[in-house]
Amino acid sequence: MPNDETLMETLQRQGITRRGFLKFCTAMASLMALPPGMAPAIAEALSKAKRPSVIWLSFQECTGCTESLTRSSTPTVESLIFDAISLDYHHTLQAAAGTAAEAARETAMKAFYGKYLLIVDGSIPVKDNGVYSTIAGRTNLQMLKEVAQGAAAIVAVGTCASFGGIPHANPNPTGAVSVSDIISDKPIINVSGCPPIPVVITGVLAHYLTFGVLPELDELHRPLSFYGDSIHDRCYRRPFYDQGKFAKSFDDEGARNGWCLYELGCKGPTTKNACATTKWNNGTSFPIESGHPCLGCAEPDFWDAGSFYSPLPAPATDVSKIAAGAVASGAVAGVAFGVYDHHKRKKARAEHEKLSVNDLGESS
Amino acid sequence: MSETELLVWLRGTGLQIAAVVFLLGLVFRTLQNLLLGRPRELATARGGSFGPGMATIARRSLLHAGTTYRGYFTIIAGYTFHIGFLVTLFFLNQHIILFKSVLGFGWPAIAPTIIDFFALIAIGALVAVLLHRVMDPVLKQISDYQDYLTWLLTILPLITGFLAMHPMGMSYKMALALHIMSAELLLVAIPFTKLSHMVSLFISRWYNGALAGYRGVKS
Repeated sequence: MPNDETLMETLQRQGITRRGFLKFCTAMASLMALPPGMAPAIAEALSKAKRPSVIWLSFQECTGCTESLTRSSTPTVESLIFDAISLDYHHTLQAAAGTAAEAARETAMKAFYGKYLLIVDGSIPVKDNGVYSTIAGRTNLQMLKEVAQGAAAIVAVGTCASFGGIPHANPNPTGAVSVSDIISDKPIINVSGCPPIPVVITGVLAHYLTFGVLPELDELHRPLSFYGDSIHDRCYRRPFYDQGKFAKSFDDEGARNGWCLYELGCKGPTTKNACATTKWNNGTSFPIESGHPCLGCAEPDFWDAGSFYSPLPAPATDVSKIAAGAVASGAVAGVAFGVYDHHKRKKARAEHEKLSVNDLGESS
Repeated sequence: MSETELLVWLRGTGLQIAAVVFLLGLVFRTLQNLLLGRPRELATARGGSFGPGMATIARRSLLHAGTTYRGYFTIIAGYTFHIGFLVTLFFLNQHIILFKSVLGFGWPAIAPTIIDFFALIAIGALVAVLLHRVMDPVLKQISDYQDYLTWLLTILPLITGFLAMHPMGMSYKMALALHIMSAELLLVAIPFTKLSHMVSLFISRWYNGALAGYRGVKS
């Protein structure tokens, strides 16, 4: 694929019709909460966009994010858009290995210095100088700092790169941190989720190609158009929550009737993501639709936020034993002080000297 | 500290601290007060103690023919607040989930829309008693900082709880964190303030009734 080919030319070569492309642009405009009139503008900009150079660094991760983005069951416009970027380095997907692979990365870094997009998945271990994850003999920490220097922007894909994710979970033996914990002088966009929804990453890329800047972000640096609402607010089971109808177990009548999974530990109310609207597997469904509570995987520290199956109002740790201990201690202390008070009163009574009128007269 | 970390802390360590201070403090203070005992009765008994004590607990909750206009306000606003607060506390599904996970058993919940009504009348009654407190010259004169502090600590869980049910201007996570935080602050304050009347009220009413009963008078 020549580097100076426009995106439209690439797509046409791969058999995508203009109709299909426009449908994709309209869907993107809608997903990113842009006015409908923006769809032609997106189409215009995207069709002329040159393939941007992308360097993809995979650190402490499980490759689930890459799987999510590449394993669509049928080729979609999204996946072709993904193909249409110039992915100059991705050690899971590229054919090159060893020195050749690293040379490709260095060449892209030099050729597109200040212009390439850096995508990171996986967290970065910083404990013991980052020795817990290395590529080509260099720590993730060194590589991230070096590649980030010449990046136009950084996209942290997945919860590990965005917030530390599972490697960051207690007790975090490798001192895993997120990209934004290390890099502070570059625009960073967090596309969180374990894994993130494929269309969200293509949406971010489309926005970047169209407008040349990253989309509007929330306080956690996630694109507002995808992470603006909670799963709970967009959930089709929400009316049952409002009516107080809850499934109490996975096989009761409530579960069979499709009632709210709040009592089974659903983290939908505290999780912002687009699962309930864009859905997964080409719009088939999302976890709640399959009868499982939301795990809250797009949020920071989701792994440490108590059991996945413990409802939000329930204590995250045991309180019953501590409460019983507090009652017992209070009782023991109360009785002890009561006995002491009693003893003090008895002593005061014993030491009390009775005075007669004569005594008063003598002393005055 | 992120919103998630705050929420996890409040649902874990924060709740443990609040539960320990509340339970230990309340049990300790109640027992210590009870064990102070009662002074020896030197008078001859003219009636029983226990029965009149129990009757007084009930009687002081009723409206009497001699109740003044201001008295009516206090009783009606007091009842409105307490019923609204207790129904919200004990019959909102989310609260029952918490009780069930701590006590090991739960009970049926009331529909959230009805709970909304009870929470709102409790908030309304609290606003009314505050206005009464600052507008009535005598009441204002005898109020100290603790009266205003306990009012604030009581209304905050109601307002933040309402916000958690209907998030406005903040995320659900933040509204829930603020609600749990305000409830924990209330729990911590109860043993050290006049809010401990949740236990002492019944003991002191009984004592007053029992004293009067012993002397053969109606309290």
